[in-house]
Amino acid sequence: MDGVAVGSLYALIALGYTMVYGTLQFINFAHSDIFVLGAWISYTLAVGLGYAMAGSAPPAYAAVLILLCAMAFCGAVGFSVERLAYRPLRKAPRLNVLITAIGVSLFLQNVGQLKWLFGTQPQRMPGLIDDKILANVSGVQVHLVDVLGTVTALALMLVLDWLIFRTRLGRAMRAVSHDTAVASLMGINVDAVISFTFVLGSSLAAAAGFLYAMKYPGLNQPAHATWVLLGLKAFVAAVIGGIGNIRGAMLGGVLIGFIELFGAAYLSPHLRDIYVFSILILVLLFRPSGILGTAVAEKV
Amino acid sequence: MRANPFRLSVKKAFAFGFLGAAVLGLSACGDRSKPAADGGAGTPAPATSSGNTILIGHFGSMTGSEATFGQSTDNGVRLAVKEANAAGGINGKQIELKTYDDQGKSQEAGTAVTRLITSDKVVAVLGEVASSLSLAGGRVAQQYGVPMISPSSTNPQVTQIGDMVFRVCFLDPFQGWVEAKFARETLKAGKAAILYDQGQAYSKGLKDYFKKEFEGMGGTITTEQAFTGGDQDFSAQLTTIRQTNPEVIFVPGYYTDAGNIAIQVRKLGIKVPLLGGDGWDSTQLAAIGKDAIEGSYYSNHYSFQEDRPEVKNFVEKYKADYGVIPDGLAALGYDAARLLFDAMKRSASLDGKTLAASIAATKGFAGVTGSITMDANRDAHKSAVIVQMKGGVPVYVTTIAPPE
Repeated sequence: MDGVAVGSLYALIALGYTMVYGTLQFINFAHSDIFVLGAWISYTLAVGLGYAMAGSAPPAYAAVLILLCAMAFCGAVGFSVERLAYRPLRKAPRLNVLITAIGVSLFLQNVGQLKWLFGTQPQRMPGLIDDKILANVSGVQVHLVDVLGTVTALALMLVLDWLIFRTRLGRAMRAVSHDTAVASLMGINVDAVISFTFVLGSSLAAAAGFLYAMKYPGLNQPAHATWVLLGLKAFVAAVIGGIGNIRGAMLGGVLIGFIELFGAAYLSPHLRDIYVFSILILVLLFRPSGILGTAVAEKV
Repeated sequence: MRANPFRLSVKKAFAFGFLGAAVLGLSACGDRSKPAADGGAGTPAPATSSGNTILIGHFGSMTGSEATFGQSTDNGVRLAVKEANAAGGINGKQIELKTYDDQGKSQEAGTAVTRLITSDKVVAVLGEVASSLSLAGGRVAQQYGVPMISPSSTNPQVTQIGDMVFRVCFLDPFQGWVEAKFARETLKAGKAAILYDQGQAYSKGLKDYFKKEFEGMGGTITTEQAFTGGDQDFSAQLTTIRQTNPEVIFVPGYYTDAGNIAIQVRKLGIKVPLLGGDGWDSTQLAAIGKDAIEGSYYSNHYSFQEDRPEVKNFVEKYKADYGVIPDGLAALGYDAARLLFDAMKRSASLDGKTLAASIAATKGFAGVTGSITMDANRDAHKSAVIVQMKGGVPVYVTTIAPPE
């Protein structure tokens, strides 16, 4: 159960990596920091709105409200990052953009540590959902938080899938990712589509951050190594699924979550990161384009 | 023609990713031992130890997962400096304190101490709390021949570095014994499970001592599970622990992890109390653990509720300055600094060797955390207290004195 819950979170983050890669062909290293921001914004909102008090259960709409606010906020941050940091470099070599992404990542990490923002202390996320044990299947506890988290993540992924494969905007996004120049010749506003991609990816990351904070309420400080590793695993999920491929990222995320948690439970919890990265090596050896990726020889 | 971006080889994409990760790693290393942001290093004048001031250094984790360790210790040290200066300083010279943040990372700790000694020319160094970091900093201090007093590193290896490294707290073999004794005699536990941090010298050492003593007293260790500091998911280890039905779970880690572990322990429906060491001592333990940590015990260097004049005096002054109740690390920081000043007053000169000899000669120093006498190994031997988390506050339970 933990595997599914964690896996769907990885999938949500992986989507952001993969969408940006699909349209701009660079790895947005700041993406995992947007995820962290999502978790911390949820915390700030929850405390700010006074849901931190013990004893009184917050109303059911509180979780939804905070989730939506965090998504909106991170969407806005994602938009600004693209507008201010990446758009001026649209014509620059890809490596420059990559380095910029790392710069943005460090910027977000360190700004997050400022005293008046989130500070350098780990904090406890207030419980917004009453965490009941719904069922006990042969020793495996099914928690309400996990079920709600998984359902929310899956719902968001279905919405995204619909958005990309069933709407005009989605078609425009796919067109831009196929060939930016031709897409703009066809009358597509490429900049707007790219901005939208960032907003979408960032708000999904924010949702993942919120759900993560619900599941693991002890939030580490924004620049903690744990977050970096989490972002890296989501990136691995995107690569395993086939980077640039939306459905591949979802599959990769769930797969990674499963492998990590099952390995930890049945083999040894000390090697949990090793399972994830071993799978990555295997995939890269035997199917370098990822599970759902299409392999094409590059013309030199 | 451009290649279809969707079909760009994954290998290439990952190579980019790897390059990026490498750059990230490098840039993280580049950001070295910046002075503590909150005025910790606020020394406007060029600092020297020769003029009318004596410069001492403190390195601690002012940020990071163990941030309250460094901050509390620094507050304690600062209070001691303020008092000593108000009382006329050391033989007419005022004391000046320079604090560097090591972010809780051992490579930063080494750099911070190097910088304190070679560039700031401090006469003595105070720090660290975490044993792994004291080991890193202590080696540097020993190499340059500058005395270092660790306020609260309990791992035996710390003072084994050499004749320049001291400590004012008890050691883990004793702490392990105290916890085993408390678990066996007070909690009447026959079966204990252990969950320890495999990346921390402190945690591993304390685990071994507890295990040895607990088994020596007739108890059984049902299972030993490990985690790595910063882990978020402990369900695999805790599920195994639950299956072995322990009566107490020993968690010799630091407070952030202990808080997170407590949350998941209760989530899995395990009802037995947790038992921890002095690494739990932080206001953040209750902030993270909340109701999950209630009722659990840990051993500490002092309790603010102890009925001794030194404790009452210190708690009052600390509260007046910082507005919070001092934790054990603040008390030890205060004691370490005051012990250092005491040795300075007795010392003929402030060069490393002479000062170290004066510190080593400390006998029966009346500290907040108990009477301190340096033994031949430059360690202090003191009593420990056991506290229990009640209503978010560590409540005094009992004092356990070292065996004769």
